Amino acid sequence: MAPAVILLLGWMLVPLTATLYFSFKKYLPLRGDSLENGLEWVGFQNYTRFVGSSSFWPSVQTTLIIVGSVLVITVILGVLLALLLDQPMWGQGIVRILIISPFFVMPTVSGLVWKNMFMDPINGILAHLFRFFGAEPLQWLSQASLQSIVLIVSWQWLPFATLILLTAIQSLDSEQLEASEMDGAPALSRFWHIILPHLGRAITVVILIQTIFLLSVFAEIFVTTAGAFGTKTLTYLIFQRVLESQNVGLGSAGGVYAIILANIVAIFLMRIVGKNLDR
Amino acid sequence: MGQIVLNKVQKKFDDVEVIPPLDLTIEDGEFAVFVGPSGCGKSTLLRLIAGLEDVTSGSIQINGRESSDIPPAKRGLSMVFQSYALYPHMSVRKNIAFPLRMAKLDKAEIKSRVENAAAVLNLTDYLDRRPGQLSGGQRQRVAIGRAIVREPSAFLFDEPLSNLDAALRVGMRLEISELHKRLDTTMVYVTHDQVEAMTMADKIVVLNAGVIEQVGSPLDLYHNPKNTFVAGFIGSPKMNLMTGEVAEKAGAQTLGVRPEHIAVSDSAGEWSGVVGVSEHLGSDSFFHIHETGLAETITVRADGEVNFKHGDQIFLTPRTDMMHKFDGGGNRIV
Repeated sequence: MAPAVILLLGWMLVPLTATLYFSFKKYLPLRGDSLENGLEWVGFQNYTRFVGSSSFWPSVQTTLIIVGSVLVITVILGVLLALLLDQPMWGQGIVRILIISPFFVMPTVSGLVWKNMFMDPINGILAHLFRFFGAEPLQWLSQASLQSIVLIVSWQWLPFATLILLTAIQSLDSEQLEASEMDGAPALSRFWHIILPHLGRAITVVILIQTIFLLSVFAEIFVTTAGAFGTKTLTYLIFQRVLESQNVGLGSAGGVYAIILANIVAIFLMRIVGKNLDR
Repeated sequence: MGQIVLNKVQKKFDDVEVIPPLDLTIEDGEFAVFVGPSGCGKSTLLRLIAGLEDVTSGSIQINGRESSDIPPAKRGLSMVFQSYALYPHMSVRKNIAFPLRMAKLDKAEIKSRVENAAAVLNLTDYLDRRPGQLSGGQRQRVAIGRAIVREPSAFLFDEPLSNLDAALRVGMRLEISELHKRLDTTMVYVTHDQVEAMTMADKIVVLNAGVIEQVGSPLDLYHNPKNTFVAGFIGSPKMNLMTGEVAEKAGAQTLGVRPEHIAVSDSAGEWSGVVGVSEHLGSDSFFHIHETGLAETITVRADGEVNFKHGDQIFLTPRTDMMHKFDGGGNRIV
């Protein structure tokens, strides 16, 4: 085996085996369980307890809602923004850098900025805006908590989608657009029949890559709602089980469920969009 | 129908004038070829007619209708692009049907028109393939198919054969000429290849730096080039242009004689020189002669059997009735 394969396998297998190992053990560090004293084998007890918890299914649902909404928002807005940025205009270079900049902001920072600067019901910019128009400021993170998280995460990932889609649009042969113009296709048809199919592959790549990262969204939730108001994702539930309840075994079982969920999502995605990559 | 009239058409990109005001009439059913070196504005002129570029000033009439402000799709023209510009995600059938779908024809009509076009172009077996699965020649035919289904009043071709290999190019050249005879529709064809221009055109428009140097039938341009540019551009190998004593003796600034109008001999002749490179094509041989005292090289065309070697001393005799005289401005002296 090539060294790279060994390295990759080690990178993946060690944490995976450790997770599997702990998921079958009772491991409560605060109650005196430790690796030195040996851990008690509990079989599938952690697994049944994790699923049996009333937080489990809502957390799966929340995860899927966040992933799905962010994908829809970033792909649609990404395509529109890419079309816009492809137009020749003054200051193109600077505008492109500005558009891409949110991607450089760390998730924790962007979560805090959104929470304190924008969504704060008393001092936030949005609250001021609401009051300026005579409306009662919305308490974003408690009244529209899930939507707020989706908004923050979308803001973070929109630049990525835009960037990939912009390069794809730029690779479109302009003669194809001219040919379709000569063929009598109005602007909307040109977009629908020529540009969008050309973007198919890039959209697939955006969806696949974003899904991988969106399934494990954490920092944005941690610094804003801390999992309250129905924003507890599967990742966040595992975090709570391991660090707040100090139950490593239960958290590890949740981790295995997260792997299964990620694979189910991946299989569905490959079925739906993966065939675009073969062309 | 199908007449295209350009009236004082001018095109500027920012401050650069690529086409100074020019007039040109292409008659209905004519095969007109725009030919010129690269960067001479021939493609720009075609795109102006197509409507893909806007004229800076002047007017374009298609079918007697003022068209310079009409969008490309409404001008009743079809265009075949250099890159073919096929839609890669659509099958051949959908590619050809695309303009008809955009024109909102009913399904049965679209189907019959597409199948007709495919039959004409020998594409019936390939209708369900994607462009990526076709050879260069087949893609070219699909592009032509997409152009003919619309039944336009004129076809525009932008260097359509330049991506094909030499053998295929000769074949497609014939196919396009045959198509023109059969459809009897106006065709405007842009190329930098004077052989394509000579073989296909009813009317050749020679362009140089955006200016029309001469308009005429292929043989007219061959026999009566208006100036040294046309003389040098039309005909292969190029016409020999000589200045100095020989030209003055004939009463001209520049004297031109085509390679095929010079006889070669190893014993006697009007001029003498030394053979440089010889090119043997089988049917003909081209010799590049140096040290003639007339021009740096004189190209002559001889029968395929004639065989001189590098360094041989030979003698040349031009046909005086086939000499072209040009004045100091490069214009033909009649």
